[in-house]
Amino acid sequence: MTASTQPPSLSIQNLSVHYGEQGALLGASLDVAAGELMAVVGPSGCGKSSMLVAVNRMTDLTPGARVSGRVLIDNQDVLAGAVDVQALRRQVGMVFQQPNPFPLSIAENILFALREHGVRDKCELHGRMEQALQATGLWNEVRDRLHKPALGLSGGQQQRLCFARALALEPRVLLLDEPCSALDPIASATVEGLIDSLKGRYTLLMVTHNLAQARRLADHVAVCWVRDGCGCVLDSGPACELFESARDPQAQRYLNGMLC
Amino acid sequence: MNRREAWRARALGLLALALMLAPLSLLWTVFGDGIGVLDWQFLLAEPEQAGRSGGIGPIIVSTALVLLICMSLAVPLGLGTALFLVEQVRPEGRLNLTLQWALDGLGAVPSVVFGLFGYRLFVVELGWGYSLLAGGCTLACMVLPLFIRGCEQALRDCPQSYRQAAAGLAISRVGYLRRILLPFAAPGIAAALVLSAGRALAETAVLLFTAGYVMRWPESLFDSGRTLAVHIYDLAMNVSGGSPASAATALVLLGFALVIQLLAWQIGKRPLSFAR
Repeated sequence: MTASTQPPSLSIQNLSVHYGEQGALLGASLDVAAGELMAVVGPSGCGKSSMLVAVNRMTDLTPGARVSGRVLIDNQDVLAGAVDVQALRRQVGMVFQQPNPFPLSIAENILFALREHGVRDKCELHGRMEQALQATGLWNEVRDRLHKPALGLSGGQQQRLCFARALALEPRVLLLDEPCSALDPIASATVEGLIDSLKGRYTLLMVTHNLAQARRLADHVAVCWVRDGCGCVLDSGPACELFESARDPQAQRYLNGMLC
Repeated sequence: MNRREAWRARALGLLALALMLAPLSLLWTVFGDGIGVLDWQFLLAEPEQAGRSGGIGPIIVSTALVLLICMSLAVPLGLGTALFLVEQVRPEGRLNLTLQWALDGLGAVPSVVFGLFGYRLFVVELGWGYSLLAGGCTLACMVLPLFIRGCEQALRDCPQSYRQAAAGLAISRVGYLRRILLPFAAPGIAAALVLSAGRALAETAVLLFTAGYVMRWPESLFDSGRTLAVHIYDLAMNVSGGSPASAATALVLLGFALVIQLLAWQIGKRPLSFAR
C-alpha cells in the first residue's frame, strides 16, 4: 500500500461475511469516494457492523468468521492473503460504539499506540499527541491533566480520545461503528461536529442507527436490511437523493421512518 | 431500618465475631506457647536435641530455598499456560475442554499423590535423591493447577473492548500483553501467587519423601532439607517436650506467609491510571 496523504477511495464488492454456518452479510456492494462519508443505516442484525470489521480485517480475530468478495482501498484488495494486516489497520482506523480508552493516562493512550508503531523521538511523540488532541477539540480540556487516568474523562471526552488515538496513527480511512449511540445528546453533538470536520481529509464509513444524523453528516447513504435471515444492502446513493427517493421501496419506507 | 432488619443485622454481626474467634483463638494459643522461645538466637541457630532446644536457622533457609525453587518454576510455567489458554486456545474447542478437565482433575488430586510422583520422578528416576530441588519441583507440580486457574481467571476478567481497541490500533500482541492485559490482571495473579505459595508453605506430606527431613544447614540444592511445616509436624508428633519450639516455629511460618502476602500486595498494585 502506498503511503500518501490523500484519502483513498473505498470500494466494497460482493462482500459476504459468515460466522460458522450463519450468514451475517450477503453480497454487499458499495462505493465510497475519496474523502467522503458513507453512512450505513438499517435495523439491528442486518450485517452493518460485520461489513465494517471486514474492511480492517478485524474478522480475522473472530473464530469461524469467513469473508468473501473484495474490499478495495485505492484499488488494492485488502482481503487478499498477502496483505500485511498490521499495516492495513494502521491505514484504516476504527472507533467503536462504546468509548474504549485503555486504562492508562490520557497521554499514554495516544503515546502507547505511537510507540508501538516505532515512533521514538520525544518531540515527535509529543507533537503528534498534541496534534491529535487538537484535531478532536480535546487539547484545551485535557492539557492540564494529560497524566491523569483516561477513564476519569466523561463519556464524550473518552470517545473523542478514541478518535484522537486513531487519528494519531495518521490513518487514511476511518471506520465508525455507531460512534455517538452511547453518548448523551450534547456529547453526541460535539462528536458529530468532530466527524464533520474529518470529512475531506479521511474516507469515512460510519454505521449509525440515527437517521437524522445520517442525513446531517453523510455524503452517501447505504440502507441495509435482513432478507432470508441474512444481511444485505438494499440501496445506496447520494444522501439527498436517497432520502428523497430511494429506488427500493423498502429502503424508501425505512428512510422515511415507516419501519414496517 | 425496621426492628426485624436491626435484629438480623445484629445476628449477622455476632456471627461474624464468632467466626473471627476461631482464627484469633488459634493465633492466641500459638502465640502464647511460642513467644517465650522466639528470639534472634532461635532464628539463627542450628536445632539441638532433635529441635527441643537450639534454633531453626537451617530450617528457615531450607524453607526459603524450597519455596524459591517451587515458585520460580510455577510462576513462569503457570502464567505461560494461563496466557496460552486465554490467548491461544479457542474457548469452545476440544483442546480447551481437555485442558480444563485435566487442570480440574490435577487440582483435586491429594497432595500425597504428588509426593509419590515426585519421589518416583525426581528422587529415584532423575537420581536427585532426597533434596531441596526434588522437593521444590514436586511442590511446583502440586501448586501449578491452582496457580494456572487463578491466573486464567484474572486474565479472562480483562474486558474484550481493550482487545478490540488494541486490534483496531494494530498494536502488537506483546505490546497488548505487556501494557494492558498483564497490568490489568496483576491483582488476580498476585492473589493466585499468595494462595499457591501458602499451599506450598503448609505442605508436609509431599516434602517428607522428596526433600527429606535433615536438619543440617543445606550446602547445595541437592542436599536434603527440612521445611518449617515439616519441622512443626515432627516436633509436635515425634519429639516429647517439643511443643514450645513447635509453636515458635509456627509463628515464624506465619511470618513467612505475611511477608509473601506483603510482597504480592506490592506486585499486585494496579498502576494508578487504572483507576476510574
